[in-house]
Amino acid sequence: MVWKKHAYEDIPGTYVFDGKIAHESYAINKMLYTFNDEKCRDEFQADPAAYCDKFGVKGKLKETVLKKDFLGMLRLGCNIYYMAKMAIPRGTSVQDAGAAFQGISTEEFQKKLLKKREGLEEKLAKIGGYWNG
Amino acid sequence: MARLLGGVTSSHIPAVGNAIANGLTQEYYWKRFFDGYEPAKAWLKQAAPDVIIVVYNDHGLNFFLDKCPTFALGCADIYENADEGWGLKPVAPFQGDAEFSWHLAESLVEQEFDICTCQEMKVDHGFVNPIRALYGTLEKWPVKAIPLAVNTVQHPVPTAARCLKLGRALGKAIASYPEDIKVVIFGTGGLSHQLQGERAGLIDVDFDLECIEKIATEPEWMTRFSNSEIMARAGTEGIETIMWLVMRGALRDDAKVIHKHYHAPISNTGAGVLVLEN
Repeated sequence: MVWKKHAYEDIPGTYVFDGKIAHESYAINKMLYTFNDEKCRDEFQADPAAYCDKFGVKGKLKETVLKKDFLGMLRLGCNIYYMAKMAIPRGTSVQDAGAAFQGISTEEFQKKLLKKREGLEEKLAKIGGYWNG
Repeated sequence: MARLLGGVTSSHIPAVGNAIANGLTQEYYWKRFFDGYEPAKAWLKQAAPDVIIVVYNDHGLNFFLDKCPTFALGCADIYENADEGWGLKPVAPFQGDAEFSWHLAESLVEQEFDICTCQEMKVDHGFVNPIRALYGTLEKWPVKAIPLAVNTVQHPVPTAARCLKLGRALGKAIASYPEDIKVVIFGTGGLSHQLQGERAGLIDVDFDLECIEKIATEPEWMTRFSNSEIMARAGTEGIETIMWLVMRGALRDDAKVIHKHYHAPISNTGAGVLVLEN
C-alpha cells in the first residue's frame, strides 16, 4: 500500500485535491455536500455536533467544523467547493479563506488581486486583436 | 446535416451570476468585463444556434465524489439549476435535445470516448453563468442546451491532450447528425486562478494571454503541458482551462477568430472570452 508521488506536490503553497486527500476527507466532504439541501443546512445548524456524528466526522476535523475554522478544514482535506457550501452562508467568502491562508486581511488580498489590472489595456494592445473598451 | 457554427469561451465564476442578479454589470469593477461580452453576444445573435453544447465542470451539485465521471454528457429533455448550498434562487430550466444527445453519445463511444450518459443532470453555476453572461437571465431560454461535464475537481483529471481529442471526436459526432440544426459549443471555466493554499489569489496574466492566443491558432501547444505544469502556472482551479480545448478540438483547424476579450481580476480569476467561427 503506497500513495504515488506526483509532480504537483512540489508546487509551493498548493494542495491538489487528489485521490489521497479525497479518500482521507470523504466523510467531511460527504457531510458538506448535503448542504445543497436547505433541510440539511437547518438540521446542521440546530445541532452541529450531532450532525458531524451522523456522518462520522470526528477528532480534529470535527473540532474545526464546530469552531467554523474554515482554514483548518481546508488544511485537513476539505474540498474548497464543498467547504464553500458551509462557509459562504456564514459570511466567509472564498477570498476570506484565501486571505487567511496568507495571513493577510481580505482587503489586502483584494488589493493584491487588483494589481493584476495594472497595465492590462497596454498589454492587450501590444499583442493586438483584443477588445479593449 | 447538423452544422457547427463556432465556439465561444467564457469563465464561469459564481460572482458573475451574482453581479447579473444584483444589477451590478455597469459598476466600475464589472463594466469592462461585461462590456467585452457584447461582440460575443452580437455574434451569437446572428449565428442563432438551435443548440449549444456547454462544456463545464460540476462543483458538487449534480456529482458528489462517490461517483465522479471524467466526462459526462446530458442525455435528457430538461436540465434544472438548483441551490448549490448558498440559498440562491435557481434560474429557469434549460430545454435539452435528447435525440441529439444520444446521437453524440453513440458516436463518441464508437470513437472510443467512453463517456458517462446522464438522463438526469442538475446544472450548476459552471453551466449557467456563461449562458447568463451571453444571453442574459431569461425566464425562457432561446436555445436548447446540452451539458458536457468534465471532471476538473478531483484528480486525476483528464489531460489537455485528451480534452482536445474529445473535442475532435465531438466535432465528428456533430457533423454526422442527420438533422438540419445549427450548433455552437461553449468552452467554460478558467483562466488562471487558485482558491486555496498559501498561493491563493494567483493570477498569471501572461500565461492566460498565451493560452488564448495558442488555443485560437495552435491548440496543440497546450497539449505539451502536463496537468502539474498547467497548475504550476495557472493555479489549481486554473486547470479548468483544459475545457476550452474540448471546444477548440471540435472546430476546424483554420477557424476564424471573431473576438478576443480578457479581464483580470474578476473575483480571484483571470477571465477570458474567445469567439471562433467555423
